[in-house]
Amino acid sequence: MTTQKVDKILDRWKRDPQYAIEILQDIQDEHRHLPADVLHYVADALALPVGRLYHIGTFFKAFSLKPRGEHVLEVCMGTACHVRGAPRILDALSRELEVPEGGTTKDGKFTLEPVRCLGCCAIAPVVKVGKDLHGEIQAARVKTLVKKLAEG
Amino acid sequence: MARIHLKNLDAVGRKHQKLLAGYKGLLLVCTGTGCVSAGGFVIRDSLQAMLKKRRLDKKWLVVQTGCNGFCAMGPILVVQPEGIFYEKLNEKSLEKVVEEHLVGGKPVKASMHKDLATGNPIPKMAQIPFFAKQQLVALRNKGIVDPENIESAIAMGAYAGLRKALTTMKPGDVLGEVVRSGIRGRGGAGFVTGVKWGACIKAVGPSLEHPERRPPVLVCNADEGDPGAFMDRSIIETDPHAVLEGMCLGAYAIGASEGFIYIRKEYPLAIERLEKAIAQARERGLLGRKILGSDFAFDIKVHRGAGAFVCGESTALMASMEGRVGEPRAKYVHNVESGYMGRPTVLNNVETWANVPVIVEKGGAWFGSIGTGDVAKSPWNGSSGTKVFSLVGNIANTGLVEVPMGIRLKEIIFDIGGGIPGGREFKAVQTGGPSGGCLPQSMLDLPVDFDSLTKAGSMMGSGGMIVMDDRTCMVDVAKYFIDFLKDESCGKCTPCREGLIAVSEILGAITRGQATEALLGELEGLCDTMAVSSLCQLGATAPNPVLSTLKYFRDEYVAHIRNHKCPAGVCKSLIRYEITPNCNGCHVCSRNCPTNCIAGEKKTLHVIDANACIKCGICRDVCKFDAVRVG
Ligand SMILES: Cc1cc2nc3c(=O)[nH]c(=O)nc-3n(C[C@H](O)[C@H](O)[C@H](O)COP(=O)(O)O)c2cc1C
Ligand code: SF4
Ligand code: SF4
Ligand code: FES
Ligand code: FES
Repeated sequence: MTTQKVDKILDRWKRDPQYAIEILQDIQDEHRHLPADVLHYVADALALPVGRLYHIGTFFKAFSLKPRGEHVLEVCMGTACHVRGAPRILDALSRELEVPEGGTTKDGKFTLEPVRCLGCCAIAPVVKVGKDLHGEIQAARVKTLVKKLAEG
Repeated sequence: MARIHLKNLDAVGRKHQKLLAGYKGLLLVCTGTGCVSAGGFVIRDSLQAMLKKRRLDKKWLVVQTGCNGFCAMGPILVVQPEGIFYEKLNEKSLEKVVEEHLVGGKPVKASMHKDLATGNPIPKMAQIPFFAKQQLVALRNKGIVDPENIESAIAMGAYAGLRKALTTMKPGDVLGEVVRSGIRGRGGAGFVTGVKWGACIKAVGPSLEHPERRPPVLVCNADEGDPGAFMDRSIIETDPHAVLEGMCLGAYAIGASEGFIYIRKEYPLAIERLEKAIAQARERGLLGRKILGSDFAFDIKVHRGAGAFVCGESTALMASMEGRVGEPRAKYVHNVESGYMGRPTVLNNVETWANVPVIVEKGGAWFGSIGTGDVAKSPWNGSSGTKVFSLVGNIANTGLVEVPMGIRLKEIIFDIGGGIPGGREFKAVQTGGPSGGCLPQSMLDLPVDFDSLTKAGSMMGSGGMIVMDDRTCMVDVAKYFIDFLKDESCGKCTPCREGLIAVSEILGAITRGQATEALLGELEGLCDTMAVSSLCQLGATAPNPVLSTLKYFRDEYVAHIRNHKCPAGVCKSLIRYEITPNCNGCHVCSRNCPTNCIAGEKKTLHVIDANACIKCGICRDVCKFDAVRVG
């Protein structure tokens, strides 16, 4: 990530430490994770100890210190999805992608991420890929879904 | 766009109504998150194109709306003025609706909702049982207004409550109506809103303690952490101005000029619509300085939550708004005294705010007449008004419902929800999210209000209502909630942090058949400790899912421990998959089995190799002859 880009984000939030979480969210959105050098740069700019930023970066679910894959498969593990078989969907995806929960495939294409409720509980179980929501997913259909995504 | 004044608010609404009246009818396309996932935007755009092609776009107006409520049936289209309801549309069925209904005048039966019992098509939305018992207050504009068009909201009466307050009421009168309404917070704890506002007004001063007036802050809690609930998302996606107007009224009553909406980042569409609504309200003089041309000033900023359940808790929320991690603090000092940046702060839930305009417009007494108890004497006397629930899980009609307080559980689950699908049986209903509990069949007559639910060992919570059928294991559900909270505990205090780990381990042992009955006593002891000694309500209420399942489903715990059986067939260590003689040898299971552990010739009974089976359950899902059994 270039320093210009980081500066732009910092300026958007007036370099106010009160917006540290917002600033890190924008960086996460653009970069899919929080690189160490960027965290140090932001800490200097906001005159905060870098530990504060690491605390934030590890506390909130939105952040990741490791790079995420090109496509993040967010598997809803909320209650409505749970009672409609979400754990079996997660298992099936983990089997198909050959990665553990939270893992990224070797080619960097997919990250498998269990998440809290996505707010579409009426069409549970739900898997979100990028901006697309897939509702009423069945374990037996997971294979086809992964194949389709891999083909782009 | 011109700013709106007290005097011409009505005219703006009338102008929009006139515009609508110029069309033969309205085509209300749901573009809530649920329908969008099934193609709602495509339906909206294709409909527009189909009308244009047939030169019908001057006759019919396409209106995008927020969530209609019946999300499982999306994409949804309602044709006004008749109110014909179409569901599960795709481009082909939409084309048919355009040709046969809009052009030919004959509604299309194939795309209508079907009666669950008879299979007969139900033409009108109002006749569908899912909608029949509902009473809309917070969701008054659902499925009708375009959330991205402020005039559409004004035409339906938005900001009329604010105008009434600014022209005929003093701040104290607004507070009076909210107190009289008896409304209790919709976000979880059910604290009386009027009392909270009153306490904040006192804290603003000037007083002996604070000789200077301290400017108060309003916050709307749209963090919606309860997994399985989407009331707040839907309200914002559907009718954002209801929330903005509610906050304006609160600001007027309390004397605030600054407000925040704290919304979780998992809700991109809601954030987008909220920001659009705020921008439009500012442009038209409904937020900012000189609101509606008066001397009243108030503005709202949006804060994105970064994904932490505990940040829904009031003190943690304030911390994260200040740019710190969301760790709660002890509540010796309340937020109304010292909240955001040490200022007097009122925090209310999205649904609470959305009710305020109606309370001001129709009067607190009107609101108090809905629901249970006589709240005129004391708001603690009952539960007034309506409540929005997200009715989900193993239930035929999933979606968003708004019902008067005091309605019985079984009316929601069976009359509105249509009961349990797939020929399964009702087992439990879970309310109150991770702080709530599971209620069994014998409690279905329970009236749904704050106090009855708490007495039964559950909670109203924010409105998640998850129905579970007989294939749900209650020990597994208890473990699910405990693991959720273990993950979300901020870790600041020991009873919650360590208690959740210990409880999770015990539940894990039970689900693996490695526990003794003595452990159940230990489990209850741990729960008691957490309940009394945790710093915040996350830890203090965490035992509820365990205690309520122990209370109502103890047999199931005992079956796991004593017989090493999971009666619902969920806990992997205690079950095995078998194929029964119902099998007609169609090969479907063996073709789908990920480990290729099903053997059998075509048209002969198949057999599972139990050693290679990973218990994924796919064979049972795909078998058309119900031949796979879990034992
Ligand atoms: C762990 C925890 C999580 C909470 N999450 C939410 C939430 O997501 N949304 C909400 O409105 N209230 C939540 N609450 C309740 C809030 O602390 C607070 O009581 C509420 O927002 C006040 O608004 P109300 O009086 O209008 O309900 C939560 C409470 C706790 C202890
Ligand atoms: S009860 Fe749990 S979430 Fe609340 S302060 Fe203690 S550790 Fe944090
Ligand atoms: S449960 Fe899964 S692994 Fe076992 S037999 Fe059925 S499909 Fe195969
Ligand atoms: S529980 Fe999965 S979307 Fe809400
Ligand atoms: S999103 Fe369309 S009905 Fe809920």
